[in-house]
Amino acid sequence: MDLSSINPALLVASIMISATPILLAAIGEMVVEKSGVLNLGVEGMMITGAVVGFAVAVTFTSPLLGFAAAALAAAALSLSFAVLTQYLLSNQVATGLGLTLVGLGLSSLIGKPYEGMKAVTLPKLDIPILSDLPILGTMLFRHDIMVYVSLLLVALVWAFLKYTRAGLILRAVGESHDSAHALGYKVVRVRVLAILFGGACAGLGGAYLSLVRVPQWTEGMTAGAGWIALAIVVFASWRAGRVMIGAYLFGGVTVLQLNLQAAGAAVPVALLSASPYLITILVLVTISARGVHGAPASLGRPFHASS
Amino acid sequence: MANTLLSIRGLTKAYPGVVANDDVAFDIGKGEIHALLGENGAGKSTLVKMIYGLVQPDRGQMELDGAAFAPTQPSQARQSGVAMVFQHFSLFDALNVAENVALGMENPPKPRDLAKQIQEVSETYGLPLDPYRTVGTLSAGERQRVEIIRCLLQDPRLLIMDEPTSVLTPQEVEILFETLRKLKSEGTSILYISHKLEEIRALCDHATILRLGKKVATCTPAETSARELAEMMVGSSFATPQARTVETGEVLLEVRGLSLPSPGGFGTPLRDIGFEVRAGEVLGIGGVAGNGQDELLAALSGERTSKPGSVLLKGNDVSAMGPTERRGSGLLSAPEERLGHAAAPNMSLIENGVLTAGRRRGLVSGGFISWPKAKDFAAEVIERFDVRTPGPGTAARALSGGNLQKFVVGREILQSPEVLVVNQPTWGVDAAAAAAIRQALLDLAAQGAAIVVISQDLDELMEIADRFGAVNEGRLSELRPVSSLDMEQIGLMMGGAHDMEVAHADA
Repeated sequence: MDLSSINPALLVASIMISATPILLAAIGEMVVEKSGVLNLGVEGMMITGAVVGFAVAVTFTSPLLGFAAAALAAAALSLSFAVLTQYLLSNQVATGLGLTLVGLGLSSLIGKPYEGMKAVTLPKLDIPILSDLPILGTMLFRHDIMVYVSLLLVALVWAFLKYTRAGLILRAVGESHDSAHALGYKVVRVRVLAILFGGACAGLGGAYLSLVRVPQWTEGMTAGAGWIALAIVVFASWRAGRVMIGAYLFGGVTVLQLNLQAAGAAVPVALLSASPYLITILVLVTISARGVHGAPASLGRPFHASS
Repeated sequence: MANTLLSIRGLTKAYPGVVANDDVAFDIGKGEIHALLGENGAGKSTLVKMIYGLVQPDRGQMELDGAAFAPTQPSQARQSGVAMVFQHFSLFDALNVAENVALGMENPPKPRDLAKQIQEVSETYGLPLDPYRTVGTLSAGERQRVEIIRCLLQDPRLLIMDEPTSVLTPQEVEILFETLRKLKSEGTSILYISHKLEEIRALCDHATILRLGKKVATCTPAETSARELAEMMVGSSFATPQARTVETGEVLLEVRGLSLPSPGGFGTPLRDIGFEVRAGEVLGIGGVAGNGQDELLAALSGERTSKPGSVLLKGNDVSAMGPTERRGSGLLSAPEERLGHAAAPNMSLIENGVLTAGRRRGLVSGGFISWPKAKDFAAEVIERFDVRTPGPGTAARALSGGNLQKFVVGREILQSPEVLVVNQPTWGVDAAAAAAIRQALLDLAAQGAAIVVISQDLDELMEIADRFGAVNEGRLSELRPVSSLDMEQIGLMMGGAHDMEVAHADA
């Protein structure tokens, strides 16, 4: 095994790229769960975002337009979840799983003509001074804009939940929808908006996979990233900062095992490939064993304003 | 009348199958404490929900200070100066005091100013509270202070209080009454909902009594006896449990050094609890809600097992047994939470009967359920305890709270337990049915069973218990014969107004 073939600066840079799609999806899902809704359809919304983003970006040769379309398409998909669970009071778990299946099927249908095409990808930013820093420049400051958007989004979500009244109302709705309703807050409206935001974020995450990370369209390309995003929300105990740590940890292990494979580590390749998932499970179990999770108290419970 | 703040005329609200309020009319004066009195299901909550804008009336008008008043949502009511302290459902455990207060305000100030205001108001009205504490860690009395302060910060003209004293110790009740009298002297009107007659007689200027959605009378409670008020409320006189002579036998249930860690984030740990109950005896355990009642019931019923030698039934160690085994040996229990704990909401009464009585009543043999026997058993409970329901096949969730309570308590009593542990046996049950449940518990004791009644209703415990103890932060006080106790002593056993001093020390 030749560890010297791993360049630390490039390693960090690729960890950031690898973590961004999961980070986007997870921060969106965290907001959804903070409002008390469990949307298990992240995988389906991500892959819908991936295919729509790819198709639009290729058709109009504009990656930014692709991202916008991806966010819209995934939000539209999540709207169906919102209508089913919030107005028709369907079961959130079953509806979320259904959403994933719909998303996977829909995406392979839409994506058929685009297989094998090359994506128009986002340019790397060239920030004056910062990008030219030795090592740090390569690590942190020569990425495309979406990497920074995702980090900014984490900071915004954190500040929104902590400092704004709207954020307080969102948390209150997730904590006890009966109390929130008794105080006159529109539980269903808050939840629908949160679901739409979560959908848009998952769509952006998916588009980042097909437009930047891979960058091309293949069927089922999200490969469980949506599920990992869901796990990361739990891992993070529903806190924005920890969602970022979780996403970067998973991204880190993914990239590291690829590098180890390339360096010829004396570990079976199958085990290395499985390692990000194994570590996610391990961390989740450790965190759950600690007892206190900080899950929103109304998470997954249907709300109906009866009597 | 120039002195009238809120005037209600012909207010009517019907739900499918039931008229919750029928042509209700009364006036609340300025600076008046007005009681709204009635049994569960008399339409009190529907009426206040209409005043607070949560429900819209089908017919009728309200006038606030001479102007038409028809709030379509709570924020409108709040803007008009109507504030409400809820009995349940309006605090958020995971948020802190200041955040909870901000959620109930229309235009909350900046967090730092709000914290300062909370401290000012809490000092003015003698309701000490730290704005940065998480609500989940507060006692029931402190939680209520959060609600009251939230209302006071908006300078309400009318303050609605929904059964505010059900979770307080007698000392805390006195403090609350002082606060309310101070508010009254400042010109705030208070609509005070309760079914505790003595409180209303001590506090309120006028009382409006509702029965089955209709106004029965408006009277001056200080000039009316509690007995008269109760009869207006119920519509007939009802039997009070008969006095009885106590002949206690051998010790049936013994608890020694029972300690258990807290079951969840906001639970209470049990700390070195010890007592014994003899055959024919009723032990009453009081205490402010959330001081270990639920945890104690779980430890006795077998939902949570404890260390060997801590729970003994007729001298046999049952500490390691689960609920089914304990039931088999004669230790039965009925928890407080009716839907989801004592009964499975979507299952029929027959099925719910089988769930706890399957073994003792021989409804199950060789793993198969005998449905005819199960049906007979459910029908017997319904008959004996006057459960109002279309039939034993009805789902548990379709019953009103009081009727379901009669069913779950009756279900245990009819299994002829040797030891019965009940938590809040008459919670939410109307006065006549509550009397019937208490009588059934006393009859059971007379037949030689040992009974542990955990309750927050002190009058109930005084009425049926032989000995009394109070739980406070998971510890059980010394047990005393009820005949030697007065309210003052009971309050001290429950911990008095101790958390007031704690809050002072924090500030």
